[in-house]
Amino acid sequence: MSIENILNCGSVKWMESQEGQDDIVISSRIRLARNVVDLPFPMRLDQKSGDECMQRVKAVCQEEMPAALNTVEYTSLAQLSILDRGILAEKHLISPGHAESDSPFGAILLNRDGSLATMVNEEDHLRIQCLLPGLQLAAGYEMAQQMDDFLESKLEYAFDERNGYLTSCPTNVGTGLRASVMLHLPAMQMTGQTGQILQTIGQLGMTVRGLYGEGTQATGNYFQMSNQITMGQSEEEICNHLQAVTEQIVEQEHLLRERLKIDLKYQLEDKIGRALGILNHARIINSTEALALLSDLRLGIDLGIVSGIQLNALNQLIVSIRPAHLQKCFAQELDPLQRDIKRAEIIQDKIKGIK
Amino acid sequence: MYCEECKQKPAAVHLTQVYNGKIIQSHLCEECAAKKGGFIFDPGNKFSIPNLLSSIFGASCSIDPDLTTEIKSCSGCGMTFNDIRQTGKLGCSNCYQVFAQEMEPTLRRIHGNSQHIGKIPTRSGEKVLLRKQLDALKTQLQEAVNHEEYEKAAEIRDGIKALESRLV
Repeated sequence: MSIENILNCGSVKWMESQEGQDDIVISSRIRLARNVVDLPFPMRLDQKSGDECMQRVKAVCQEEMPAALNTVEYTSLAQLSILDRGILAEKHLISPGHAESDSPFGAILLNRDGSLATMVNEEDHLRIQCLLPGLQLAAGYEMAQQMDDFLESKLEYAFDERNGYLTSCPTNVGTGLRASVMLHLPAMQMTGQTGQILQTIGQLGMTVRGLYGEGTQATGNYFQMSNQITMGQSEEEICNHLQAVTEQIVEQEHLLRERLKIDLKYQLEDKIGRALGILNHARIINSTEALALLSDLRLGIDLGIVSGIQLNALNQLIVSIRPAHLQKCFAQELDPLQRDIKRAEIIQDKIKGIK
Repeated sequence: MYCEECKQKPAAVHLTQVYNGKIIQSHLCEECAAKKGGFIFDPGNKFSIPNLLSSIFGASCSIDPDLTTEIKSCSGCGMTFNDIRQTGKLGCSNCYQVFAQEMEPTLRRIHGNSQHIGKIPTRSGEKVLLRKQLDALKTQLQEAVNHEEYEKAAEIRDGIKALESRLV
């Protein structure tokens, strides 16, 4: 079962950062919200309609799929332990809300490398997600479309001419498309520019959130930027717009990094050196500090100051220091202190041999 | 009173915890409280996203809610507009039709004066697609006439007639 693979192995598609590309855009995500006609939305499902919904989706997954989708499998969330659900959330394959929900009707459709993950009965009946490394919005939309077209050919979607795809929350109605990019902006943070940038982004119709989406903080200099409006623009326009704004921000970040390298060369190297020092020798480290230091490390790698670790490994590390991953890795319940100790251990193991 | 932790900033967060019958009080400034992180002081759901959304509904409803909007309920899921306002979410796709009038100002607030111009599902969307093609052709017709390309206009007009017969 491919989900077993994903639950046990370290790497998922979005972590595979591409060689020779700057790592300011960590990943791109396309999410389409869809609902089936004639069943209540997940919030209002009762036993009968809930089972009906799950049955329908399950049946669709058992049919023959186009080649690009043929590793997609259906797994009901109730079959997974809370720990496993946490792992999926930490790998960005389902939302934290979906992982914590006690709804018996939740499920996930997952392909082998985690690039396509569709949540069933989260806020909407179907939330198709395509998550790819780097800036790949167009490719992501293509893949999500394939899943969307396939599901639509077997299920009837709720859609009306004026409002487009009908969703549980009116903020998603229309295209149901939420396109987002995960950005790493240490130079902007260091030079205090993020406030201004965020404001401008807001005026351009985008919104910015933290590492794990809605309601989370911007830790480790990671920012998730996505479109706000889902209706009134075509899907292509939304993606192009986000792409354009992202490219602008990437350029800004680059310029700032160049400036930092010249103006604050010693401070920069000092910061990165200290990060490496602490990561290599700390015995206890909490996730906030770890993320912040790993962010400095990432900057070091991008600037060529640090060598000896691949970005893929760093991406995996960022996820493997999260609580559910730690507990799964050490196969025991850990209290916060033990987690912090194990976290330090894992980090040291991964980064030995860096200079 | 100053923060117990940093002893520098005034204490703004006063936490009372009860562990196994023992009462522990702490007084922290906002920064130290945030750093401690362990306790989540739930502002009692007053500032949650659904509430924020439902305020959009509430503000847009200038009619007294105790009137007719209360009584109408969706045949698909049984929600009333009041339910929608409280949760910020709709119950089923039918709600969009049943509460079309009430939803209109809300949708306008969120998405501006727009309607969906993006992807259309192939199955249920056939008629919609045809109508859109028709609109496009009509625009082309107008342009052809404006440019005095009458032969082209005639062709387009025939195309329009063919499409219209398919729609009926």
